[in-house]
Amino acid sequence: MDFSFTEEQTLLRNSLSRYLKDNYSYEDWRKFADTPEGRDPHHWRQFAELGLLAAPLPEEFGGLGGGPVESMVVMEEFGRALVVEPFVPTVVIAGDLLAKSGGALAEEILPKIAGGETLIAFAFAEAQSRYNLADLMTSARKQGEAYILNGQKSVVLGAPWADQLIVTARSGGGQREQKGVSVFLVDKSAKGVTTRDYAAMSGVRASEITFENAPARLIGKDGEGFAPLDAVVDHAIAAHLAEALGAIAVLMSATVEYAKTRKQFGQPIGKFQVLQHRMVDMFIAEQQARSAALMANLKLGDVDGARAVSAAKAAAGKYAKQVGESAVQVHGGIGMTDELNVGHYFKRLTLLEMLYGSRDHHLRRMAALS
Amino acid sequence: MDLSFSPQEEAFRQEVKDFIADAKPKLPENLGPPELARLSKDDYMLWHKLLFKKGWVAPAWPKQYGGAEWSVTERYIFSTETAKADMPTTLPFGLSMVGPVIYTFGNEAQKKKFLPRILSGEDWWCQGYSEPGAGSDLASLRCRAVRDGEHYVINGQKTWTTLAQYADWIFCLVRTDTNVKPQEGISFLLIDMKSPGITIKPIIVLDGAREVNEVFFDNVNVPVENLVGEENKGWTYAKFLLEHERSGLASASRSRAALARLKKIAQTEQSDGVPLIKDPDFAHRLSALEADLMALEFTELRILSQEARGEKVGPESSILKVTGSEILQRVSDLAMEAVGYYALPDELSFGDNERVGPDYAEGLAGVYFNTRKVSIYGGSNEIQRNIIAKAVLGL
Repeated sequence: MDFSFTEEQTLLRNSLSRYLKDNYSYEDWRKFADTPEGRDPHHWRQFAELGLLAAPLPEEFGGLGGGPVESMVVMEEFGRALVVEPFVPTVVIAGDLLAKSGGALAEEILPKIAGGETLIAFAFAEAQSRYNLADLMTSARKQGEAYILNGQKSVVLGAPWADQLIVTARSGGGQREQKGVSVFLVDKSAKGVTTRDYAAMSGVRASEITFENAPARLIGKDGEGFAPLDAVVDHAIAAHLAEALGAIAVLMSATVEYAKTRKQFGQPIGKFQVLQHRMVDMFIAEQQARSAALMANLKLGDVDGARAVSAAKAAAGKYAKQVGESAVQVHGGIGMTDELNVGHYFKRLTLLEMLYGSRDHHLRRMAALS
Repeated sequence: MDLSFSPQEEAFRQEVKDFIADAKPKLPENLGPPELARLSKDDYMLWHKLLFKKGWVAPAWPKQYGGAEWSVTERYIFSTETAKADMPTTLPFGLSMVGPVIYTFGNEAQKKKFLPRILSGEDWWCQGYSEPGAGSDLASLRCRAVRDGEHYVINGQKTWTTLAQYADWIFCLVRTDTNVKPQEGISFLLIDMKSPGITIKPIIVLDGAREVNEVFFDNVNVPVENLVGEENKGWTYAKFLLEHERSGLASASRSRAALARLKKIAQTEQSDGVPLIKDPDFAHRLSALEADLMALEFTELRILSQEARGEKVGPESSILKVTGSEILQRVSDLAMEAVGYYALPDELSFGDNERVGPDYAEGLAGVYFNTRKVSIYGGSNEIQRNIIAKAVLGL
């Protein structure tokens, strides 16, 4: 049993953490969050330089041969800095799906991911689908060697910045059947793809996307995309749990720091037992969320991996909400302001809580997998 | 024990309902739930003016000052029916806060000058209580008022001042004596917002709205005639006002209205091909929430009947604030969750363009974030629990 990180993983964390501290402070974040673009494209190139984008990818495709633990390290640091760039859709979702399916498509795209030459968003949700990945009305029709997509995708995070999309669509079967689900790669600039871009919670950008006879390339096997899709979403959840952990850690220390300095009734408010206990509960929640994130990442791919991911997602969702709400409460009025960072971390946690399924959804999945 | 309302009270309920049915088409549709409000000054006043015309704008005020002088039960019926119909609420600053202070503690000249203008909506009031260093510990406030002949000279700062950008007047707690216990050196002043030396700085809150402000006073002259009651007795008036405020801050009827909207959403939203409201997990949580709300409604009724019998309701009103605010927060949470991914878009980014997703999803995340304030303002829930511990349980 060993929960320590390797030397390489520690180096990765340290170099990323230093980079973010110097270049991605909360002040920097506010500056680009208020621009129409919503990000500074320079950062993605730097992430490639630092080796983050290659870290979890297999060596045969230009990666550094890491895996979930590398993604976890990256995402925890990203969570600390409220990073908006779509690392998970690009490196984890697209990277993992392509690496597993292999072939010419993997050889073409994966080196570009590792080199920071492409940004990919993951278009899976539809207006009616809620958290069911198989509830798809977007259809795929084979036309020669290629496919043609028709349908609409909702709230595709990171899509305004992406040049390519991973799209789930139905090439057979009924609306909620797992059989018949296929996964595609779509060039966002292709004919038949229209997007409506907007800002979403905590600085992230998103698009509504319509496909009208849009050309697509199949990843994996026709109609058998559900199992790999389900697995890669677990991988994404595990990475986002680490992101949540980073945000939780920032809220935790900001809250304790504030309670030590803010004075009311002639003493720091941290001296009041009722607030002490609230912060102790936040600390316990942080520790539990850390354990949940580790569990999810270390068990990925195991026989009971999916159940562990759902357990971790459900538990961490609860802890994240507790920490977010308590951070605002202990800060009082100042915690309600847009100016202070606390609210934005709280919003990021709220977004993550919802992404890939609520607590109810994962408790149910966990029970079904028992 | 009897749960029914009297025939007179039922007749009154019908009168309220008729009035609402008549008023509703006169208001723009998006005026509905107060939590969604990103309203202009005129929008806020529409409902106020309709009520004023009817003579109902100040339900609790005595008739001699132009109020409706309703019984507590009538007030309860009115607020329940308006919430049920998703009507806006009037702003409390003039009508429920400074108004009662003026007619209870003010002099004749003040009553004559200010009360009619509060009723008509001519004067918009805001509340100058909190300061950067004085939140829960309100008595530590430092905004200074120094007597200089027929004026007080005000220097200092107030914060969290709701909608000060629209205000004509601010009622302020100011420090008039620094050599006594904090509570004993506070006075209650009425200050014209147009006075030279006042500046307002907006504070943007979590839902992106400019709901609150900082207000700065730099050598602001206030005529002595604007002092309410006696100098250095302001804390008494402040507490009177806070107790008024507390019981109205998070009323069950607001949660009831929000819950009704949530149920409608849950009937439309789909989960695995069935309406969300049929999803056993969601239905369970919805029922658990409603069960707590129903108990709260009865707690309100019990306190109400106590008041109706003329018994003084004191620190017990803190129960309503604590429970009411926590339930309101849970409703906002479940409503956000009900719309799934369409809670994520940032409303402000759409400007005047059409938003994405279903109409009913609009602003729900903002409401969730904004509703964090209800366990903070008007005396945080920690303070309310302290009050109950000390004043009710004797601990």
